[in-house]
Amino acid sequence: MSKKYDAGVKEYRDTYWTPDYVPLDSDLLACFKCTGQDGVPKEEVAAAVAAESSTGTWSTVWSELLTDLDFYKGRCYRIEDVPGDKEAFYAFIAYPLDLFEEGSITNVLTSLVGNVFGFKALRHLRLEDIRFPLAFIKTCGGPPNGIQVERDRMSKYGRPLLGCTIKPKLGLSGKNYGRVVYECLRGGLDFTKDDENINSQPFQRWQNRFEFVAEAVKLSEQETGERKGHYLNCTANTPEEMYERAEFAKELNQPIIMHDYITGGFTANTGLAKWCRKNGMLLHIHRAMHAVIDRHPKHGIHFRVLAKCLRLSGGDQLHTGTVVGKLEGDRQTTLGYIDQLRESFVPEDRTRGNFFDQDWGSMPGVFAVASGGIHVWHMPALVSIFGDDSVLQFGGGTHGHPWGSAAGAAANRVALEACVKARNAGREIEREGKDILLEAAKHSPELAIALETWKEIKFEFDTVDKLDVA
Amino acid sequence: MPFKSTVGDYQTVATLETFGFLPPFTQDEIYDQIAYIIAQGWSPVVEHVHPSRSMSIYWSYWKLPFFGEKDLGVIVNELESCHRAYPDHHVRLVGYDAYTQSQGSCFVVFEAR
Repeated sequence: MSKKYDAGVKEYRDTYWTPDYVPLDSDLLACFKCTGQDGVPKEEVAAAVAAESSTGTWSTVWSELLTDLDFYKGRCYRIEDVPGDKEAFYAFIAYPLDLFEEGSITNVLTSLVGNVFGFKALRHLRLEDIRFPLAFIKTCGGPPNGIQVERDRMSKYGRPLLGCTIKPKLGLSGKNYGRVVYECLRGGLDFTKDDENINSQPFQRWQNRFEFVAEAVKLSEQETGERKGHYLNCTANTPEEMYERAEFAKELNQPIIMHDYITGGFTANTGLAKWCRKNGMLLHIHRAMHAVIDRHPKHGIHFRVLAKCLRLSGGDQLHTGTVVGKLEGDRQTTLGYIDQLRESFVPEDRTRGNFFDQDWGSMPGVFAVASGGIHVWHMPALVSIFGDDSVLQFGGGTHGHPWGSAAGAAANRVALEACVKARNAGREIEREGKDILLEAAKHSPELAIALETWKEIKFEFDTVDKLDVA
Repeated sequence: MPFKSTVGDYQTVATLETFGFLPPFTQDEIYDQIAYIIAQGWSPVVEHVHPSRSMSIYWSYWKLPFFGEKDLGVIVNELESCHRAYPDHHVRLVGYDAYTQSQGSCFVVFEAR
């Protein structure tokens, strides 16, 4: 049945608002929180979002009659009020699978959060969630190793892993930097981490850092009898440079490297994840720049979407915020997206901010990393919130110990193990946290001093981005 | 709480991964951990190794994993039998999770004499 060419401007809703449409299992579904300009009907705004993020342009064009555009168009199939907000609403949009290149997160984001975010009929727009169809997920490489393989490689079982970022984050020479790594690892941490802005600066070129760090890892393994690693940051100015650093880490027999997936970009990240799978390397993922995109409650992209995208693009550990520390993030929302990182199926649950059922199929899980402004008093809450499949990272909470980093590391390790032991024995560790830590400190002067040092520190500010509730 | 303002010396300790930083468990504390493994639906596994190769991926099984064993007393006996048979080996208890093909729990119960 052919159509006639009718030049001019049509209302978006005539084509892209289809409330009768029943989404297919193979459709990619998105939920946007839309705030339109005054006087523009909701259906028109929602349809415009569907159009501009898929096949539409502002004017009808003759060449669209060369194809069956109904087969390719995105459709808004549902509109919902946002609880507690009179002006914003949720638009649910279904995109046919054929709109996206296999395995390309870059392509998905270019479509869904491309031009449409600058669209004039909108005041604000926020991508709240994406339901990736299993058919798309199976085309993505995902985590190069995943939680289970990482545990087996590192021989770490039955507890969260323990890490810390090397401080000061900038300005140390390679040898001094390696010294701090050595101190932390000999004190009982599993991992240390390059700060995200350590790349290859004049005071410490990457090759020099990698060599001294490798020595620190080797020595600490020999002396403690445990497996250790340091996230060697391979984020670089060009992909070629990034791969060169990754290759050198492998040459030095290092177990894990690191990448900044938002500043580095999804294309670089997916490429590096593929390299890691091929070369048996673990991949730690930092998320610098995320708060620029995800913090405003009405505009941008929610972190749960960025977390899902990372799991598909590839990474074995991803920073998720701490709930209790110095950085933004409320508890239910955080639990919602750490489920997206680790579980094989996550049901729709608005109380956790998950708008869709999400089937991850056989995609491996990603460790949730809690890092930023946390110290030993937070340990019971962290173990309770994050569970075993997490990496808890104490920077200031390690190096700030009066005896230095090794003692700080030991204090955290004792506290962690005391909490895990108590949890397994059936104690309510958040409620009894103080008693558990004080009991453990009887056998550990390092912990006793840490508890004394950080007893007054709290970070109790209200969260800027909250779940939408009436 | 003992608090000294002077800087102390932290001495590196050789440890055997999870719970290596806690004092040795009492009998009751070991029972608690076994009960946890059983309650999670994991299979208890007893493994042992000579200290000279404690960092190896594989430790020797004591018999076979005790698939589906729910009796705490049985596991305690097996741990002790293994320790008696290999007094110069480390003996650890694993809570094996067949669903994740990983170890939900793993800690050394007897260190080598």
